[in-house]
Amino acid sequence: MSVEVAGMGHAKSEGPLKLAVPRGALLGETLDALDAIGVDTSEARGDSRSLVFETPGLTLVTMRPSDVPTYVEAGAADVGITGKDVLLEQADRVVYELLDLGYGRCRMVLAGRKGDERLGESERRLGMMRIATKYPRIAERHFEATGRQVEVIEVKGSIELAPLIGLADGIVDLVATGRTLEENDLEVREEILECTARFVANRVAHKLRAAEVDEMTAKLREGLAR
Amino acid sequence: MIHPIPPGTRDVLPDEMRELRRLHRAMIDVFESRGFGEVATPAIEYDEVLARGAGRTADSAYRFFDERGDLLALRSDMTVPIARLVASRYANAEPPLRLCYLANAFRAVRPQRGQMREFAQAGVELIGAPAPAGTVEVVEVLEATLDAVGLDRAVIGLGDADLYRQLLSEFGIEGEARDAVLGRLAAHDLVGLEVELSELDGIGDEQAATCVALSQLRGGREVLDEARAMGGSVVERATARIGETFEALEERGVADRVQIDLGLLRDLGYYSGAILEVYDPALGHVLGGGGRYDELLKRFGVDLPAAGFALYLERVHVAQMEESSGGEGS
Repeated sequence: MSVEVAGMGHAKSEGPLKLAVPRGALLGETLDALDAIGVDTSEARGDSRSLVFETPGLTLVTMRPSDVPTYVEAGAADVGITGKDVLLEQADRVVYELLDLGYGRCRMVLAGRKGDERLGESERRLGMMRIATKYPRIAERHFEATGRQVEVIEVKGSIELAPLIGLADGIVDLVATGRTLEENDLEVREEILECTARFVANRVAHKLRAAEVDEMTAKLREGLAR
Repeated sequence: MIHPIPPGTRDVLPDEMRELRRLHRAMIDVFESRGFGEVATPAIEYDEVLARGAGRTADSAYRFFDERGDLLALRSDMTVPIARLVASRYANAEPPLRLCYLANAFRAVRPQRGQMREFAQAGVELIGAPAPAGTVEVVEVLEATLDAVGLDRAVIGLGDADLYRQLLSEFGIEGEARDAVLGRLAAHDLVGLEVELSELDGIGDEQAATCVALSQLRGGREVLDEARAMGGSVVERATARIGETFEALEERGVADRVQIDLGLLRDLGYYSGAILEVYDPALGHVLGGGGRYDELLKRFGVDLPAAGFALYLERVHVAQMEESSGGEGS
């Protein structure tokens, strides 16, 4: 009777809550936020190759930020932390977005080569811009919402390369300090949206482990306020 | 040679089929033992008939023309076809009517998600029994079904379909703005919900906070008091409706595994009043759901209150396997 019929997720609800922790740029501040609510993150901070860290009251599972919605939706992790950019790009994943954690702030932007008119010229003369990105859905939505036609080219690696050697007229990418753009002679042309880290929960865990999920949300919220 | 089948469809081989068949039987036995007669309806119907029941929500995903040029559609659930059946075949029958089914339905899938285009649902429809007694009977059948298939840890969420629509109207929010807020609630995007509410004209901080806080209230009877403390006649009425149902469940001794949940929001257009959702701790996805649809039969010309539920058969099967294998990491 519900419209959403996703694949099967196999989850176990015994033991402490499982938290999906993003590796990479968000890791440091995520562990700081966990310290602030009394989670022992010392093991996770070490240079251990382990992916799973047991702490009293919370199991930390480290993974790529873009995998967090997948694990949380399926219930393999009960709760998780990841960037809003990831949640928007995977908007069809059903997770509860409970809290804006405020850190990991960065901007999704459209960038082109400095002093290069190719973006405008392609749009005017070819009716279409070629945009390279790791975020095809966010890019498509942005250009659709602003009434422009684009050819979105999905690439996985260093996105800055694409306009430099002529794969694309511009890029849609996440920018924190802007240094990478600067180093590659690129400049911001449009701001698309601002992203921060978010606390998310599995739909069933949010119902069946309500007290634990609410307590963790409240503590994280308090931690932010301090 | 491999001959492909469409993504989101599948073959079932004998080992699985045997288990599914046992599951079918266990469920239908419960339904029949409680007086719900099994019915079957065609998988394809006239599109305009199904659309009549779907109301404002999405149309059937698969539509096609027959040899006469009539527009047909594959059903996307069983509640609407059964409403059509009741109006045509039981128009003069003495209510209540108790019907059940085990049938495949069809929905659109999003690519790369492992979603099923075709899936089996087992459920009941109780037509002509108003709230709260009708709702209670449906919950009782649901609990008996869960017990019969070994899911004794499963939990039933009980909410109210009209709460937010009416609450937003009370706050003076209508039309597109209301749909936007309901969209955030349905997507469980609390961060976006707060932003959406803060950008609305004419809604105070306190009202916005009420809306957000209500959606997080779930648990035992105490959440009704917490909700009431937030005030407002809409909240008062919704909590009274839920409270009445919950009390009736308690009287029948079947309230233990019912979790009151003011955050429930079902996305089908025909629900009103009590809504249900089913979870099992062994599975990260919702097992099924249902609720009251007191206005649906009217669209087919029969003014009868009704309620029902449907469980996704494949998900119940997975949960059953997980529960019976038991314990961590199995």
